[in-house]
Amino acid sequence: MNKQRMYRIVHYAVLILLSLATLLPVLWVVLSSFKPQSELFRVPLTFIPQDWTLENYVSSLAAGNFPVYFSNTVFVAVVSTAITVLINLMAGYALAKYIFKGRDIIFTVMIATLMIPLQVIMIPIFLQLKSLGMLNSLWGIIIPPAATPTGVFLARQYLVTLPNSLIEAARIDGAREHTIFFRLILPMSKPIVATIAIFSFMWRWNDYLWPLIVITDNRKQTIQQALANFVGQLQINWSDLLAMTTIAIIPVIIVFLAFQRFFFSGIAAGSVKG
Amino acid sequence: MEIGSSTQGEPDPSDRQGCLPLGIPMKRHTKGNFHQTAAPLLFLLPNILIFGTFIIIPAIQGLRMSFTEWGVFTTPKFIGFDNFIELAGDEVFWKTFNNTIVYSFFTVALIMVYALALALLLYKNVLKGEKIFRSLFYIPSLLSMITVGIAWRFILGDEMGIINYLLRSMGGDGIRWLTDGKLAMVSIIAVSIWAQAGYYMVVLIAGLQAIPIELYEAAKIDGASAPKTFTSITLPLLRSTLLVVLVLATIASFKAYELISVMTKGGPGYATKFIVQQVYQVAFLEDRMGYASAMSIVLMLIISLFTVLQFKLSGGEADHE
Repeated sequence: MNKQRMYRIVHYAVLILLSLATLLPVLWVVLSSFKPQSELFRVPLTFIPQDWTLENYVSSLAAGNFPVYFSNTVFVAVVSTAITVLINLMAGYALAKYIFKGRDIIFTVMIATLMIPLQVIMIPIFLQLKSLGMLNSLWGIIIPPAATPTGVFLARQYLVTLPNSLIEAARIDGAREHTIFFRLILPMSKPIVATIAIFSFMWRWNDYLWPLIVITDNRKQTIQQALANFVGQLQINWSDLLAMTTIAIIPVIIVFLAFQRFFFSGIAAGSVKG
Repeated sequence: MEIGSSTQGEPDPSDRQGCLPLGIPMKRHTKGNFHQTAAPLLFLLPNILIFGTFIIIPAIQGLRMSFTEWGVFTTPKFIGFDNFIELAGDEVFWKTFNNTIVYSFFTVALIMVYALALALLLYKNVLKGEKIFRSLFYIPSLLSMITVGIAWRFILGDEMGIINYLLRSMGGDGIRWLTDGKLAMVSIIAVSIWAQAGYYMVVLIAGLQAIPIELYEAAKIDGASAPKTFTSITLPLLRSTLLVVLVLATIASFKAYELISVMTKGGPGYATKFIVQQVYQVAFLEDRMGYASAMSIVLMLIISLFTVLQFKLSGGEADHE
């Protein structure tokens, strides 16, 4: 019995140590963003701010285009997520509940595109966007990655388990196909809609590579781009940068805390990016 | 219109059987036959258009471009295998190739060990606060690689990094975490592990929890030691999950871009420059789209090689992740 107690104490000690090591860098950034500039590199270094201040937030929000970047990012993340959920659920429904020629090939090809990372085709995508006139437009960030193989896969897996008799019954009642989808299937798909939406939002909020390819116009940039530019300067204003970084982190933490169970079940269901 | 409200109550269990071959036969209640044939295609249309326009056509185009000499403002000129021949003798490319392999090998191997260790500490649901710990370890996976890079540059930076600031204030020398060639690679690998281990921990916890508990009980009755139980029950039954982690982590490491551009910009020299960085550099800064496409093709081949290898190893088990 005593031995078991020992094990338990060691177990906890290891977990506490490792989780502290995991959290320390994040906490350091967040706490430092509330220090006045004079305290940031003052010896001895402080972990918790001695003089709490919001001046870094005020100055980074007032200076330059940061509010524009923020609203660009909110727009991209929210609109992309809505589109991603809708079109992937539609595709998943077609693949789960209809029989038609070429269905299996379409599904296989869609899943196979998982193997082509954006990094490999970013040049022809850039040229494609250029010829479609989508460069320097937020829609150029939103539309191209909106259809996702993992989204289709998750939607199909979920919808396959819904009983066919519901759809049959609706057809007998004279419901049209699109009515069945929007009035019957969509309301029954809440768990999978939530999962796809959450991962899509997180991915879009954090994404850097698509905006990097599509946007050169300063006023169309997203937060991640702005942060990368800021940290690329020779003289980094760390106080402002840490405040902006914290602002970029907060939404994802909030989404995570609010929807934790969907995160872990979503990852378990199929490792997801959007 | 309240569709299906009458049937929603008790789904007939036989329905689920009927689901197995997937889909509903079309012919039965058909007035709107055309409607039912067109419907699936219309539902699929947005996805087909997007996949076609932004993945499949570009992939084919990329392959074609790799045989051309092409800048943004010039017309492509077909030059056969010249790009690939040039690649074979391109020292910078092989340096980035080498870096990519070294980075991927150590990152993936260490992520697997560390994530598995975390998963083993947290999968049993017996400790108080286990769920909280899982969430804590997952937090770095929520952050974008740009913010991860910023956080760690704040800590490891040469001049303005917290650690070096501390060392210098105590009269010591700073450590060149990001500007010494070897050390920069080590730092990048360590940060990559820090940033991603939590995600793979969650995948592995799901795998561990799927192992039937009876097996462990039987092993206990047989008097098997803990290491014996681990090697003869846990590892074999976790094999497919470990393979999923292996492939996902490998592909992710081949794509690493943001972290490097924030932390080292590929430097010092070419010490932490990977293929993806080199592709971007050659395509968009040196304006050699054709040559950069040839590099992409090589990268694509490596990634597919690893994916095929995984399917071989897992004996063709259908893991769609």
